[in-house]
Parts: sequence; structure tokens; C-alpha cells
Amino acid sequence: MSASERTVATEGTTAAPATSHTITLTINGAKKQVEVAPWTTLLDLLRESLHLTGAKKGCDHGQCGACTVLVDGKRVNSCLTLAIVKDGAEVTTIEGLSAGDALHPLQQAFIDHDAFQCGYCTPGQICSAEGLIREKRAKTADDVRELMSGNLCRCGAYSNIVAAIEEVMGACTRERDGRGNGQGRHAVGGGRGEER
Amino acid sequence: MNRFTYARAEQVGDAVSAAMQRRAATFIAGGTNLVDLMKENVARPDHLIDINRLPLQQVEETEDGGLRVGALVTNADLAYHPLVEARYPLLSRAILSGASAQLRNMATTGGNLLQRTRCFYFYDTATPCNKREPGSGCPAITGQNRNHAILGASEHCIATHPSDMCVALAALEAVVRVTGKGGERRVPFAELHRLPGDMPERDTTLEPGDLITAVELPPGRFAEHCTYLKVRDRASYAFALVSVAAAVELAGGTIKEARVALGGVAHKPWRDRTAEALLRGKAASTEAFQEVAEALLQDAQGYRHNGFKMALAKRAIVRALGEAVSGRQAS
Ligand SMILES: Cc1cc2nc3c(=O)[nH]c(=O)nc-3n(C[C@H](O)[C@H](O)[C@H](O)COP(=O)(O)OP(=O)(O)OC[C@H]3O[C@@H](n4cnc5c(N)ncnc54)[C@H](O)[C@@H]3O)c2cc1C
Ligand code: SF4
Ligand code: FES
Ligand code: FES
Repeated sequence: MSASERTVATEGTTAAPATSHTITLTINGAKKQVEVAPWTTLLDLLRESLHLTGAKKGCDHGQCGACTVLVDGKRVNSCLTLAIVKDGAEVTTIEGLSAGDALHPLQQAFIDHDAFQCGYCTPGQICSAEGLIREKRAKTADDVRELMSGNLCRCGAYSNIVAAIEEVMGACTRERDGRGNGQGRHAVGGGRGEER
Repeated sequence: MNRFTYARAEQVGDAVSAAMQRRAATFIAGGTNLVDLMKENVARPDHLIDINRLPLQQVEETEDGGLRVGALVTNADLAYHPLVEARYPLLSRAILSGASAQLRNMATTGGNLLQRTRCFYFYDTATPCNKREPGSGCPAITGQNRNHAILGASEHCIATHPSDMCVALAALEAVVRVTGKGGERRVPFAELHRLPGDMPERDTTLEPGDLITAVELPPGRFAEHCTYLKVRDRASYAFALVSVAAAVELAGGTIKEARVALGGVAHKPWRDRTAEALLRGKAASTEAFQEVAEALLQDAQGYRHNGFKMALAKRAIVRALGEAVSGRQAS
């Protein structure tokens, strides 16, 4: 599993430390080999090299949640994640949540509930909400507020964001309890690039 | 970020010897503190040793009925672990009061222990700071010191340790397992972090190359009567101004043992066993709790912007002990 290093030879006989490593990531279901420097963050890799600009760079310091993506099914701040450390991992970004043109239930619910204004925080909010639903820890609206506190919304769309998440969460719970039909558009987990 | 090389350690021994070879080599675990500090140019490692593939991911019961938590167990996995929720709810609550869900998914047990202070000057390389650059001075003493220490500070540094998890671990009297130059050793939690004194650049008693491999919890005795109270500027996602981990063991109507650890007030999680002993054999009462609070804070010293922490800490102690005894956590 070790990243293969490419040592770049310089003048003379001394070799400069490797600045480029090849790593493998499964991004939104597609396996990719990419070149990264040790200091490349997952966020910069996604945005600058892979042109997946859904994840946003809000603060670049773990404080706002705009860069939230799922790594091996768990929500993380991609701005504080060094890409090289995640060699071999599965990454899901907002681009990977929808199944083609069919929106992910959270995407639809955000539209239905008017859960954004400028939309800058939205990809992070939705990826974070997807992580929250998979974690199965939130039961009430207060739980949603607390467990979504890592995602700031400068436009203050919070109450609609909570409503949107609650709707999808409710649909998922009903499904788990065997009360849903499991085929509807609320079947979270059916999207392209899902890990489980 | 400065430029650095990277290698992945597969064995504990390799990680330690790699760290010993280069002075500016640094372990990376969850990266939530280290990468942040590297972006600020406060941390400038020349080599990163990735410890994430080391086999330190387990939570296991120990022979004595306690729990051994591998250094790479994430904060989220630890807080939600069924044995931790059942036997050490104090630890669960403390962890869940910290950071955000995303950060807790990334942050590790070892990294949480070694996270660095949130002093503004420490983060701002345009200013002096004895912790970042020994001998350069401490602008916090006369400057912005609202989130700084009121206990155990020195004329060289008044920074606080920002961890919530560590406050619970101090109250629970955890033991930290370390592998270093001389092999393996066990460090009682109270001896891990240190006061600044005239060496504020050193947060802990660990030596270069030391790797934390696990944190051990003694058998849980406080599950029924414990609380973590965190007072902060926002209801969520903010560091503590003052926090209290309170744990009580009751026998009949009286207190057999009480533990009180404070966060946000000192360079390390703060305990005072003499003050705690005041409760031994006593019936629980607000007066008794106030006496402990007074004793804990008797040597406290406020600075220009953080004097409020003294009264805040006392009230938080009284409230936390009350909640611990009644077994009801307010929030
Ligand atoms: C926006 C934000 C808000 C936060 N809020 C809170 C909060 O409210 N409460 C709170 O408690 N914390 C909070 N945190 C801090 C967070 O808890 C820590 O950053 C985290 O616990 C560090 O763990 P890590 O695994 O990411 O460490 P890393 O960043 O990987 O490492 C931190 C340090 O520990 C060293 N290290 C890591 N593992 C080991 C090991 N096994 N042995 C030896 N050395 C090791 C590293 O070399 C590095 O120096 C917050 C962080 C951010 C970014
Ligand atoms: S309090 Fe400590 S960390 Fe803050 S400026 Fe002073 S020396 Fe630096
Ligand atoms: S950009 Fe990552 S948390 Fe703000
Ligand atoms: S919609 Fe504008 S920041 Fe959230």
C-alpha cells in the first residue's frame, strides 16, 4: 500500500527528496491514479487537478465545513486532509451523490425547502448531511443542529437546512423500519459512487 | 506550507526510529491540528511520518476491567463506542462537546492529547511568542488574553490546553502508553502535560521520537455520577472558556470519592486532589461544592480580559458537581 516514490535526480549525485508521489483514489466510483506532492490537500487535488469544484474552499482551516466530502463513507474536512495520507481510499464528493440527472434525495430536499441562498456552503452541507444520516446518531432537530454545527452558512439558511435534512432523515428511518417501499427517490445509498 | 518529505510507517518501531533520525520529523495522524499549523507556518516539519497504518486502531478490554484505546482510534469512534458510552459516559460527552462531527471523524486519540494551544499569538507568526520562538516574549500577558490561563501560568506563557477529551481523561486518571528511545513506558495522565514554567515551548513531558501507542482507562466507577460541562461563546463548535469534568462515587448518602478536572483554565487539564478530598465522607450539598470550588480557584490569577473566568469556573464547578451527584446532565 505504500505510495511509490519517484526520486528526482538533480545535478551531481545527490537525489532531491521525492516531491511527487503516485496514489490511487476511487473518486465517485471511478478508480484514479494521481500525482500529488506531499503537501497537496485533498481539497486542492479535487478542485485544481481533478476539476471537481463542488467542494468549496471557505476557510481552508477546518472551521467552516464548505470542503466537506466523504472519505471511506465518513464526512471529513478535505482542506485539512493531505491527499497522500488517503492513498487507497474511496472519496465521494457532491458530484458523486446524484445518479446522473436524478438528484440525490438531499439535493432535492434542499431545493424543496429553499435551504440555500448563495449556495456556496451547500455542497458541504449536503455531503455533511449524508455523513450524518449514515452515522445514524441524530434523532431530533436539535441533534441535527448539533451534529451539523461544523457547517457554517453565511446566508443563514439554517432553519431550512435542518428541515431539509429532517425530511430525508425521516424517510431513511421509515425505510429502515420497513415502512418505506425502498424504491423511491428517498433511497439514500443508491447514488453513483456510493461506497456501501 | 513549507516543503517536506513523506513516508508511511508500517511498524511502531520503524515510526519511532524514523522520528529519532531527523530533528524536524513529525508524526501525522488525523492531521487536523498539524496541517492547520503547517498552513500557518507555525509547524515546519521537514519530514512527515504517516502513522495512520500502524496497528493502533483497537479498543480492547484490559485484564483489570479497564479499557485500552489505540492511539489511532478516532475521536468519533471512541465517543460512540458502546463500552465507552456505558462505562465512561464522561469521556463520550467530553469528546462530543469538542470540534465538529467532521473533525471528530478525522481526529485521533493520540493527536487529541498533543494538540497545541489556541493562543492567537502562537498562531500569528508576525508576533513574538515564547512557545513558538523561545525567548521572543509573551504578548498575551498584556494583550488579548480572554481565552488564557488563570491557574499555573508563568511570566513566560499564559496559554491554555484546548482539549476537551483530555479534561475527562484527567478526571478518569487514564494512563498513556508511550514507545520511545528506551522502549515502552506508561505515563500517568497527570504527568503527560506540563506547566509552562520557563520552558513554554514544551507542552508535555514526552521526548523527541516518543510515539503514543494507547491510552488506558482504569475500570469505570463513575458511569452513574459524572458530567462534562463546557462553557463557551457559542452553543456548539467553539473551544471552552471553562469546562468541568466532574465524577463522583457515592456510598449511601455520602460522597466516597470526587474528581474535578478543569479545562480552559491552565496549560494542562487542572486537578487539585486536596480540594477534591474536601468532599470525602460528606453529604452532597451546594455549600460543600462551593467549598471545593473556592479551594480549587484559591491561587487563580486573572489578566485584563479573562478575570471573568474565576467566577465562571467556580459556578461551573458547583453546577457540574450537582449534576454529577443527581445523575442528570443538563445539556
Ligand atoms: C476548527 C476546529 C475546532 C476544534 N474544536 C475543538 C474543541 O472544541 N475541543 C477540542 O478538544 N478540540 C478541538 N479541536 C482540536 C482537535 O480536537 C484536534 O485537532 C485533534 O484532536 C488532533 O488530533 P489529530 O489526530 O488530527 O492530530 P494531528 O494533527 O495529526 O497531530 C497533532 C500533533 O500530535 C502529534 N501526534 C499525533 N498522534 C501522535 C501519536 N500517536 N504519538 C505521538 N505524537 C502524535 C503530531 O505529530 C502533531 O504534533 C478543533 C480543531 C479545529 C480545526
Ligand atoms: S501565552 Fe504562551 S502561546 Fe500565547 S503568546 Fe504567550 S508564550 Fe505564546
Ligand atoms: S474550507 Fe475546509 S473547513 Fe473551511
Ligand atoms: S447559502 Fe450562502 S453560505 Fe449557505
